[in-house]
Order: sequence, then structure tokens, then C-alpha cells
Amino acid sequence: MRISLFIACYNDTLFPETGKAVVRVLERLGHTVEFPMAQTCCGQMHYNTGYQREAFPMMKQFLEVFRDAEIICVPSASCVAMMREHYPKMAQATGEAELAKLVEEILPRVFEFSELLVDKLGITDVGAFYPHTVTLHTSCHSLRSLQVGDKPVRLLRSVRGLQLIELPENDQCCGFGGTFAVKNAEVSAAMLCDKVRCVLETQAEICTAGDNSCLMHIGGALSRERTGVKCIHLAEILASTQSGEQP
Amino acid sequence: MSVRVGEAADALPFPQAAHRLLRNVQLRRNVRHATDVIRNKRGKVVAEMPDWQQLRDAGYAIKEHTLRNLGRYLAQFEEACTRAGGKVHWARDADEANRIIVSIIESHQENEVIKVKTMTSDETRLNAALEAAGITPYETDLADLIVQLGDDKPSHIVVPALHRNRMEIRQIFREKMNLPGLGDRPEDLTNAARQYLREKFLRVRVGVSGANFAIAETGSICVVESEGNGRMCVSLPRVLISLVGIEKVVPTFQDLEVFLQLLPRSATGERMNPYNSIWTGVTEGDGPEEFHVVLLDNGRSGILANEKTSDTLDCIRCGACLNACPVYRQTGGHAYGSVYGGPIGAILTPQLQDMKHSQSLPYASSLCGACYEVCPVKINIPEILIDLRAEVVENGDAPLSERLMMRAAAYALESAGHLALAQKLGRIGQLPFVHNGNIRRLPGMLGGWTDVRDLAPIPRESFREWWRKREKSAR
Repeated sequence: MRISLFIACYNDTLFPETGKAVVRVLERLGHTVEFPMAQTCCGQMHYNTGYQREAFPMMKQFLEVFRDAEIICVPSASCVAMMREHYPKMAQATGEAELAKLVEEILPRVFEFSELLVDKLGITDVGAFYPHTVTLHTSCHSLRSLQVGDKPVRLLRSVRGLQLIELPENDQCCGFGGTFAVKNAEVSAAMLCDKVRCVLETQAEICTAGDNSCLMHIGGALSRERTGVKCIHLAEILASTQSGEQP
Repeated sequence: MSVRVGEAADALPFPQAAHRLLRNVQLRRNVRHATDVIRNKRGKVVAEMPDWQQLRDAGYAIKEHTLRNLGRYLAQFEEACTRAGGKVHWARDADEANRIIVSIIESHQENEVIKVKTMTSDETRLNAALEAAGITPYETDLADLIVQLGDDKPSHIVVPALHRNRMEIRQIFREKMNLPGLGDRPEDLTNAARQYLREKFLRVRVGVSGANFAIAETGSICVVESEGNGRMCVSLPRVLISLVGIEKVVPTFQDLEVFLQLLPRSATGERMNPYNSIWTGVTEGDGPEEFHVVLLDNGRSGILANEKTSDTLDCIRCGACLNACPVYRQTGGHAYGSVYGGPIGAILTPQLQDMKHSQSLPYASSLCGACYEVCPVKINIPEILIDLRAEVVENGDAPLSERLMMRAAAYALESAGHLALAQKLGRIGQLPFVHNGNIRRLPGMLGGWTDVRDLAPIPRESFREWWRKREKSAR
């Protein structure tokens, strides 16, 4: 299948390894990955912080770049949530009927990474090998907006060598919330402490998720406190193989 | 007209209020414990309902229909209530409502009232207005009594004293009821409150209530509660006054079939409230001889006019969103500087009063969506929060540093060329802050991040750079 990758601006800039891992997994499964170079951002940060005006051109840019894509893979649940929850009414608000139609046409082709593998490609065992104890943080957007359910869990359970330990209080927000982490830094930190406590309780070596945004937040505290626990995106775990080949 | 939501106009912005409260170990422990207990109870009784989602849909549909035809239903309510012997008053704002209530009490030459739990009266600051007129209000809901005796503020719309534990309550009762030897068992405390309140129930001749629902068809008022103290207040006094927000009206008696399932399960995790009081006008020889309803606008019609956010008025004040909210869980209700705390307060307060007094509230959320998930009438609180944030920004009230950063980010994200350039600049710009491959301290707004979190530096190669190289070598 021809799969177009929307990497998300922060993955592009801060977490290129996640993008490489997505490419590696999909190519290993025999698919062709394309990366339209004109892509930038879904507009979520601006939209959610109240800068709706600034978010519109980003939506239009996304729609323009991906209008002919067969399948769009997004390794970030929160970007997918942005598109599904807000693009339809944003497009409506512009009064451009064509734009609204375009959103309607594109959205069914947008898949978060675990959705793409499990729902669209019908696969849970991607042939990964990862000999570590891992706990899974379910981001609020994947839990409530996308309702990914047990898709990431099924993917992780099929990874050879991996021991999955359930994260207590997994329905609780980690406290990232985009600009919330800066605008309400202290409350965000208090929420983060609860999340870190839960992660440490599992005694896992690795905390994973489908969103690097949460992981940047949780991982930032795990690093600051020298816990030795690392945060790694789900795609990077699924990309690991016995031979340890690099993407 | 001046719209007021308790003392919210003078309240600290949320981050500053939270800063203080986060240091209160006892309060945080109490809030966490109480919300955990209610949340778990709610989860159990909701899970046993096979038609919960349909009930939510029905609740939303009834509210939407009513609000769209609010004028008609309010007029119908007034007519039915008047026919049943009640007297309906209309109040544009808090001051007018308080004036009406004071003048009713004064016309009977009374100087005391007993009150059923009513958040709406906290919104209008009725107690302060009564006291200024020489009238003593007695709160009779146990939690409200604790708040009143402790010179405190409510921290939860259903459980106003949720931030207090048993020991603190005992201390308040010991001092204010003059019971130095009071024990700390729940029975001791409830018995003390019982003795204290029974005497008021039997003596005071004016009762003040709020309303959970006002039924247009019959002109009835419905109040649900757990203690029976409310029942005392609406049945024993000679005069009863109900202060009712105009959004509390429902069209028919049968609509309660939906709400009396949704409300108790959502609010306290009970299948049914222990006391469900519904009364209609006056009945000779049974209950109050005189019954007044004060219909309060206080900013509500303004909310109704805003299509994007008017769902806020669907709220039935169950408090489920407070118990589910991970932000509320850390700070409790006082951080919101309003009688309405938690997620619903974060959208209601800024809309009820001038936004400039409460523009920090729409940001007091990580947008995790837990509130929307539990809301019995499906108010999409995260979406309304986002729209209110947009109002703050449109009004030009966002901090300058934020506006500049957002503008710069928007420029960087405008095209792939800009983004690639920004990535390069970021890698250079971060150099002074990177030590041993780690960023431990950032200046300005971003310092809030690095106070407790490390930040991995921007890697040497972005994904797009890697991709371009890979494409080249493949060719």
C-alpha cells in the first residue's frame, strides 16, 4: 500500500527517530512510504491555546498537501484528534463548501499509527523484538478522542521479548496539555508527579505511548529525577528487531 | 446590570491561586480522597445502566429543546406556578434577586431564614445581602453549615465542604457550637449538627431554597438532597422562597424521569437521592402558606445568545466533572475563585461575568476530556474551553510574550521552508542552554517547563533532513 506519512511538526523537529521507526515498520511490512515535504503542522497548539486564526492556514496546508494521499499515517494521537474533532467545524466556519467537502473526504483516510496497523492493515505482530519491561501510557487523546482501546496493547503483546506491565490509573491525564504545561506549570507538575509515581510503581524500564508530547513531559521528569526509566514512542519499539538493524 | 458570581471578580488568577493551594497538604489529601470515593461510586452505578448513553442523549436533547424555547417555557412556568398559588418574580441580576428576597422577608417582619443548599444563592451572595439587612441566614445542608460556620467558601458544587476532613469539622463545631467535648465519630458530628439545626427548623418561619428543576407544565419546583434537612426547610416554614436560575426549567413532569436517573448517579454515585422534594404552589393546611419563586438571569441570557458556548447552560450541577478532573483533583475548588469550580466553573464563570475577571479560567485545563466523558448532559466542556480561550486571544488579553511566541510559531509553521529554517535556528539558539546533552533550564515562560522537567535538545538532524538525504541516496 502507498502510505503518506504526516510526521507532526514536533516529531519532525524533536523526535526524528519516531518518524524513522514508522518508516521502518511500514516498509518492513511491504508498504511504500511517502513523505510530502511541504507538510508542516496540524495547527493544534495554536487552535487549543486560542489562536484559531493562526490555525486555519495550517489546516488548509495539511489538506492541500495530503488531498491525494491514499492513506495518511500520523504517529501522534493528539494531531489526529485535532483533525477529527476540529477540522470539520473549522472548515464549516470558513464558509468554503469545497474545503468542508475536502475535510470530509480526507478524514477517513487519516490513521493514527496503531489504528493504521491494527484496523487498516489488520496486523498486530509486526515482527518486533524488544527484550525489556515496558509500561504503556494511554494519552488522553488516544483514550477519549480516538478511543484506540487495546490496539497499542495488542501490538505490544506481540513483540518478542517484551514484558508489558499495566500502568496504574491509566485513565489519568499526565498533565501535559500543550501550553497548559507552561501556563499552569505548577498544576501540570503536580499531575506529572502522580503519573511518575505510577510509572515507577510498575518498575518498568521503558514507558511508551503513541504520543511523544506526553512522553516528552513524563520523560522530562523521569530524566530530571534520574530514575533511569526511559520514554520511547510505540513506533520505536515496534521497529526494533533481533538483528538491531538501523532504519 | 452587574453580573456577579460570588466573589469571583476579586479572585486571584488560577495559576496564582493554585500556587497557594498546592502547598496545602491537608486540603489536597482531603480533595483527592473525596473525589476518588465519589468517582468510584459513580463509576459503579453508571456501569450498571445499560442505557446510560441513551439517557445522556435524552438529557442533552431535553435541555437543548428547552433552552431553544426558554422564553415560552418560563412563561408557562410562571403561569402554572401562579395558578397554583405561588408568586413569581423576575430578577435581572444578583442584586435585584437579593433585593426581592430581602423585601419578601422584611414584609413579614422576620429576621431569620433557614436555607436549603443552593449554589445559586452563593452566586448572588445572598447571605451577605441578608446580613446587611439584619437578617440571619442559617445554612442547613451539613456541608454548607460547615462552610458557613468555618467562615469558609464552598469548594465543590455538590459537596461544598469536600476540602475539610472530620477533624477539621469537629474543630469548627467545637468552637462555633460551643461544644468543647465533642467527639470525632461521624455520629458525634451529625448529632451535633442535628441538635443545632432542629431548633432552627422549629423556630424560623422563612425558608430559602434553590432548585434542581423547575417544571413548566405544572409550575413545580424539584429539589433533591441526601439529608432531609432540605425537606424540613421547604415544608416547615410559613414562607418559602425559591431562587431559580432561568436555565433550571424543564418542560414536563415526565422529563424528571430522565434527570432523576442522571443526576444522583452522576452527583453522588447513588441510584436515587434519599430525598426528592417536589412542590407546587401552596396547599392549605400543608406546608408553607406563601410561596415565592425568584427567576434569576444574572448573565444567563447572554450565554444563551452565544451559539458556540450556550451548551454551558445545559448543566444540571451534578459535579461529576469536578470529581473527574485531574486539575481539580490537585487544587480543589477554591483555585477557581468562584462558587462554580472545576471544569464547569471554568466555562461558566467567565461567561456569567465579564471575562476580564476570570480569563485565566479557560486555561485551567489540560483538555484531557474526562469532564466531557462523565457529563450526564454531554456538555463538550473541552470544546467550550477552547472557544473561550479564543475569546481571550481575540480580545487582545493574552500575555504579550505568549502572543509573540505564537506568532513566531505560526510563521515557522506557515511553510516547509520556514519550518526547516526554524529547526536550524532552534539548534543554534539552544546552544547556551544545553549541558551534557540535556536542557535543564530555560528562560521566561518556558522556565515553568524546566523547573521540574529536563528537555532533550533538538537533535542534529530533523526527520525531513533525514528523509531528504535518504531520497537522494536512493536515487
